[in-house]
Amino acid sequence: MTTRLFGEPVQRREDPRLLTGQGRYLDDLGRDALAAAFVRSPHAHARIRDIDVTPALDVPGLMAIYTWEDLPERVGRALPLLIPHPALTHGRTAYPLARDVVRHVGEPVVMVVASDRYAAEDACALIEVGYEQLKPVVGLEEAVQGAALVHEDVPGNVGAHLVQEVAAADGRGAGEAIETAPHTLAFRLDIERSASTPLEGRGVYARWDGRDLRVYSSTQTSTSVRMAVAATLGLPLPQVEVIAPDVGGGFGVKIVHPWPEEILVPWAAMTLGREVKWTEDRREHFISSAHERAQIQHVRVGFDDDGRVLGLDVTIRHDHGAYTPYGIIVPIVTSTQLLGPYKIGAYRVEFTSLYTNTVQVTPYRGAGRPQAVFCMERTMDKIARHLGKDRTEVRAVNFIGPDEFPYDQRMTFQDGRPLIYDSGNYPEMLRMVKELIGWDEHERRPGRGIGLGCYVEGTGVGPYEGGHVQITSDGRVHVSTGLTSQGQGHETVFAQIAATELGVPIERVSVVTGDTRRFGYAVGTFASRAAVMSGNAIALACRKVREKALRIAADALEADPADLAIDDGMVHVAGAPSASIPLSTVAVLANPLRYAFDDEAAKATQFSGTASPDRPPVAEGEEPGLEGRDYYSPIRSTFASGMHAAVVETDPDTAEITVVRYVVVHDCGRLVNPMIVEGQIHGGVAQGIGGALYERMVYDSHGQLANASFMDFLMPYATEIPHVETAHLETPSPLNPLGIKGAGEAGVIPVSAVVASALEDAEGFEIDRMPISPSELFELRERHASLE
Amino acid sequence: MKPPPFTYHAPRDVGAALRTLAQVRGKVLAGGQSLIPLMNMRLAAPEHLVDINRIGSLSAVDASPAGVRVGALVRHSDAEHAGAHPLLTRALRLVAHPVIRNRGTVVGSLVHADPAAELPAVLAVLDGTVRVARWDGRAVERDVPAREFFTGPLESAVQPGELAVSAYFPALGPRTGTAFEEVARRHGDYALAGVCAVVTLDDDARVTAARVACVGVGPVPVVVDVTAACEGADGADTDSAGTGGERADRGWADAARAVQEETEPESDVHASAAYRRHLVGVLAERALRNAAREGTAARGA
Repeated sequence: MTTRLFGEPVQRREDPRLLTGQGRYLDDLGRDALAAAFVRSPHAHARIRDIDVTPALDVPGLMAIYTWEDLPERVGRALPLLIPHPALTHGRTAYPLARDVVRHVGEPVVMVVASDRYAAEDACALIEVGYEQLKPVVGLEEAVQGAALVHEDVPGNVGAHLVQEVAAADGRGAGEAIETAPHTLAFRLDIERSASTPLEGRGVYARWDGRDLRVYSSTQTSTSVRMAVAATLGLPLPQVEVIAPDVGGGFGVKIVHPWPEEILVPWAAMTLGREVKWTEDRREHFISSAHERAQIQHVRVGFDDDGRVLGLDVTIRHDHGAYTPYGIIVPIVTSTQLLGPYKIGAYRVEFTSLYTNTVQVTPYRGAGRPQAVFCMERTMDKIARHLGKDRTEVRAVNFIGPDEFPYDQRMTFQDGRPLIYDSGNYPEMLRMVKELIGWDEHERRPGRGIGLGCYVEGTGVGPYEGGHVQITSDGRVHVSTGLTSQGQGHETVFAQIAATELGVPIERVSVVTGDTRRFGYAVGTFASRAAVMSGNAIALACRKVREKALRIAADALEADPADLAIDDGMVHVAGAPSASIPLSTVAVLANPLRYAFDDEAAKATQFSGTASPDRPPVAEGEEPGLEGRDYYSPIRSTFASGMHAAVVETDPDTAEITVVRYVVVHDCGRLVNPMIVEGQIHGGVAQGIGGALYERMVYDSHGQLANASFMDFLMPYATEIPHVETAHLETPSPLNPLGIKGAGEAGVIPVSAVVASALEDAEGFEIDRMPISPSELFELRERHASLE
Repeated sequence: MKPPPFTYHAPRDVGAALRTLAQVRGKVLAGGQSLIPLMNMRLAAPEHLVDINRIGSLSAVDASPAGVRVGALVRHSDAEHAGAHPLLTRALRLVAHPVIRNRGTVVGSLVHADPAAELPAVLAVLDGTVRVARWDGRAVERDVPAREFFTGPLESAVQPGELAVSAYFPALGPRTGTAFEEVARRHGDYALAGVCAVVTLDDDARVTAARVACVGVGPVPVVVDVTAACEGADGADTDSAGTGGERADRGWADAARAVQEETEPESDVHASAAYRRHLVGVLAERALRNAAREGTAARGA
């Protein structure tokens, strides 16, 4: 059976190309383009006094040097604040090139265009920028003090402040519920900065032919880059095309747009009348793209003797870096997804989003959820510890029951819609994860600990995605969708969906993503939404095409469309395989022709006798061709869930930490391709272990990033990642035709919580700060030993 | 991350290389595993680069009963596979990853003189030498002992105009064992701290000589002779049962403490000075025990 592909572990069709060097990434394009490079601020906070470009003018190959003052008014405007929110009272964005003040090390100040990147960097090195240094604000503690300000007109460095409250069933607020609870705990949690760090950094390549602009960008949203570029450069939208070529990872950082370079490179290409390309290098990526994660959380919780949470109050300080182009999505996600799979009596969450003189903070895989889950799962562990109960029991008493869906958490989610969980089965998932790790049989001893973490993840946020499906007269199926791919396996998954819906072999299906020439309407690839959004849109588009194909085939076969089936690319009368017509012929019949350019076309020409003489060749309300387009726009997000558990060992002498087992039970509704979902989980867990044990952004007191390289920013190697054991639970989403939920971010979300839980079990003292290194574990041991 | 302009020289023999180095302010390019990144990040900007990769005579590994001489173009992986010196082989397996070892050179690592690197410690603990040449109307060579070779972090005794042509690692004596213990954040990273040990035993398995060199805990490899502190320690397998075992344990612990006292670790983004000091003690004890155990086995062989 070649056509029932939905749910099968089909091997990734893009891999032969990507794994043998046949991929076409941004820097593989535009070999003859001029190269751009940037002079970036060496200071975290400074006023630009003067810029002297004259020493650079003699560099061979120099084409142009631009400062902010050289930019036309439209181009030089502050970058857009993409996601406004009423609570973001003091949103601030950067200029494409710094105007007067720089607010973090790495902010672009001067753009140089030259014959090649070597010459461009030589010129950058010779440009002299005079700075008057201002006092930098580094870290949340300094931001809160407000002694120095990142933006002169933002008092207290507070960009946003939001309180959300959900009262208990009896109407009591969180404060009262906590105060009157039989048990209360209060504690502080810290999570440090990390970042997406995709293997391919950002990059932009632009071509201008005097009328039309074509831009290639290593982006997670080509359609939105297109609109931003057209609007900023004052070009009509049809004259701008944006293409995301093969993209070597995104993990969130490439959803931000337009980046300064996405405006400046096309503008320079138009101004100079030459192709221009900029490829970000690794240091640029560290100091001028985006980071995430950093939060301080103050928690108060009240609970009963069973560990049932009666009231929870969380105050979050969120480090937003120097600018807020992506709004306050991250702290909103933290605030709302903190509730996880639990029913909390009363909940109050307050966040303050603070500016610091560091790289801006925008979503990184997980997008605020790892912080949220760390908070809630640490809370569950502390309740268990306080009551002397098993950690899984405390979670179980707080779970939403499998019969309580849809479950309304009575909050507003990141898409502005109610936080209503569509489906799930948390007790069953807990049973599965306990069985997989052997929770009840685990042998507890010093230096060997077990831990777990649970989460719920809103995935597949709107507003919409679309799909276009065309069957050509050679019987091939061409699928396109506007959102982009960064390695997820869309060429495989979307082809599986199309092959299943249309009844064709997957070999005949090709998929194009992220190319505005093929599909102009899209939102982008983020929030674990591609499979849910485009997967469903493609399925709906396929259903339209299928209906049309059956209608045309029914005419040709003189049968009722309801009696027809499609298998292996052949439309046939059910039960009578000999009465059949290939889809290729149906495609020919669907497009009446005057000219016979080949044998297939001859079958559709006016004297071929296939058309009825008393009807117009294209009936009213019909379109020529066998193609269809449809959109999927959900009423609200669908909620995936997962539970992870791990066994961790620590060295009694060196304090080295080893994750010896890691298990995942995951529910993303119906699985399109279990192999790809597992790959996503493995990658997510690897990034999670990076965030728990290795990766951090170390800023010194001057705002210099002290580890801005892969030598000192410790992305784990394969050697640091344990074998990941997985199991799937499938509770279909009732919200979409395919019953699927997102899986892209899942793996990373609970890892810090799980590792902290296991480490705490191994060491016997509480772990309230992540990531943790052997050096820090050693110091915690010393501190606890001196207290005893 | 592109280097500024430089003039590239590719001499075909040592004489030509030395003449070029005598004439221009040049940096020597061998494996390039440290120099090229430094140039790409514009942290180093040599006007002349003297590439010695075409000088075939520098690729030899010459082993004799007295020791092994490693030419300036011998890659880590070549030296590792030659297996000419047990401690060198052991240390090379801790250097970075296979891809880096396929290109990086033993002598290049010594000249780079990173105090967190393994090979300087090996040369130091063995009292090896580096042969350095310069042009003075003819090729003039001098042998620099390890204790004079490492002059500071990333600083060696190689002077402008000089080329390190080989390094010499003296062979181990009889009844001698070695060990290299380190803790790195990730597999293949520079160690947070590391200790290599050479222990010689007498026929009764008593320690007659014990030396360690530590990495990552000082500006240069920290060499400590702990023969005296090891008194009482022996190479008999060291569980703590029995009075002999306890005495041995105390001996190793005393030696480890003596090592700790000689080190001056610093804090950085990866670890605190206190942790490094603790670690060097743990690793010194492990390395000495393991070296003694190996020496005991060698004695019995």
